[in-house]
Amino acid sequence: MRRLSTAILMAMGLFLAGCSSSGNGDRLVLVVSAASSLSDAFTEIEAAFEAANPDIDVQLNLGGSSALREQILAGAPADVFAPADLVPMDLLVAERLIDGDPATFATNSLAIALPPGNPGAVTGLDDFANPELLIGLCSEEVPCGGFARQILSNAGVAASIDTNEPDVRSLVSKIELGELDAGIVYATDVASARGELEGIDIPAEFNVTVLYPIAVLADSLHPAEAEVFVEFVLSDEGRKALEQAGFGAP
Amino acid sequence: MSSRDGVTRPLPAFLVIPALIGTFFFLVPLIGLVARAPWGNLFTLLKSDIVVESLRLSLVSSTAASLLALLIGVPTAFVLARASFPGRSIVRGIVLLPLVLPPVVGGAALLFGLGRNGILGGPINSLTGLTLPFSIWGVIVAATFVATPFLIITVEGALRSADQRYEGAAATLGASRWTTFRRITLPAIGPSLIAGMVLTWARAFGEFGATVTFAGNLQGRTQTMPLAVFVALEQNRDAAITISLIMVGVSLAVLISLKDRWWRSV
Repeated sequence: MRRLSTAILMAMGLFLAGCSSSGNGDRLVLVVSAASSLSDAFTEIEAAFEAANPDIDVQLNLGGSSALREQILAGAPADVFAPADLVPMDLLVAERLIDGDPATFATNSLAIALPPGNPGAVTGLDDFANPELLIGLCSEEVPCGGFARQILSNAGVAASIDTNEPDVRSLVSKIELGELDAGIVYATDVASARGELEGIDIPAEFNVTVLYPIAVLADSLHPAEAEVFVEFVLSDEGRKALEQAGFGAP
Repeated sequence: MSSRDGVTRPLPAFLVIPALIGTFFFLVPLIGLVARAPWGNLFTLLKSDIVVESLRLSLVSSTAASLLALLIGVPTAFVLARASFPGRSIVRGIVLLPLVLPPVVGGAALLFGLGRNGILGGPINSLTGLTLPFSIWGVIVAATFVATPFLIITVEGALRSADQRYEGAAATLGASRWTTFRRITLPAIGPSLIAGMVLTWARAFGEFGATVTFAGNLQGRTQTMPLAVFVALEQNRDAAITISLIMVGVSLAVLISLKDRWWRSV
């Protein structure tokens, strides 16, 4: 029995040792939960921030904004939250999970995305009602799906939807592959697709402006460093990376 | 099965304690799920559209996938177990790959292969107008892709451990190949075949990653129960938990019905 408990203790010790030295040296780890539409911009910001702050290791947790919100509500560790919309942020503010006031750091709008060559000969929102075409939207539960429905309703189009993708990245890749004829995604997705997507602007009267808030979480283990990251996103350098990815200034 | 050898000694603590911890580890999430269940309005939820439509789609697609698995999996298992040819290990690796591949990778590969612009799906689409993604056929194909290896690995194992001399004897006595198969081989591998089918069905029933990647997600057309749980979890949690309970109930019943058939091949 004693030998067994020694073995268990040794195994636990090894396990804990493995946890504490998971390859980031002595750097402090900052978990940034950001909307998947921010993938490109935040990957760039991460690199620039880590170059300026070599003692901090930023780990991006990219996903659908509502999924990220659920993770945080369920107690998943995170230091900074940057969703694609004010609603998930407001929810966390209401739950007192946010430290201070969220700052709006970027704006986005939506656009029609088409595969290269536009095989469905789509010319605008009206084509979304065509049952012959394969049309995809984001699922209603994620912001891009809510915005897309709002736009279609603004334009008075009853869309013939073939799939509700769980997040914008999976919608984008299905359009890029030509499996779908059209979809409504963020303007930044079309901007960053570099030729793998064609885009059609949505008339301003129907389009929505999406505000991106950012804030430090109340349960952050490193609130000071998290604040430094937020300030970096709001700085000129962060602004530049966001602009390159197609985001507007608030 | 301790009674079989007539000796029943209590198992040592170094086995029992980790086994208890292990069982507890698998039990806790289940208890968590049951504790969060909306028992009060469960009955209303069971009749809601998202639950009824996803249940119907899951039952239809996993049953269809199991039948397809039977059609292609059993012959494949025979070839792997009984034929000797160069590259057999490679073939086995290819057909068993979905067992270990992340389903989302399988789904993406299915898109590249059988999607509207896939290397095989493209020609099929231009010849017949058939598009697999975003249809129930896509759901069935995805489920067949991830689930069939369970049947192949089970049946191949049974064929390898079955005594081939009986088949030889039947042939010597003048039985045709079909009679030998029906009267000798099939009864020998029967339990494993059933176990393999059950596992295949259960795997297809729970399939998520390849389905959402290859077939998309549309309620009533491609939204199976796992997909419905995934999209409903955030906005309609009661429905998501109700669907999860159905899945747990069905899958548990199926696995309990297996008893120890999986590894007891003959």
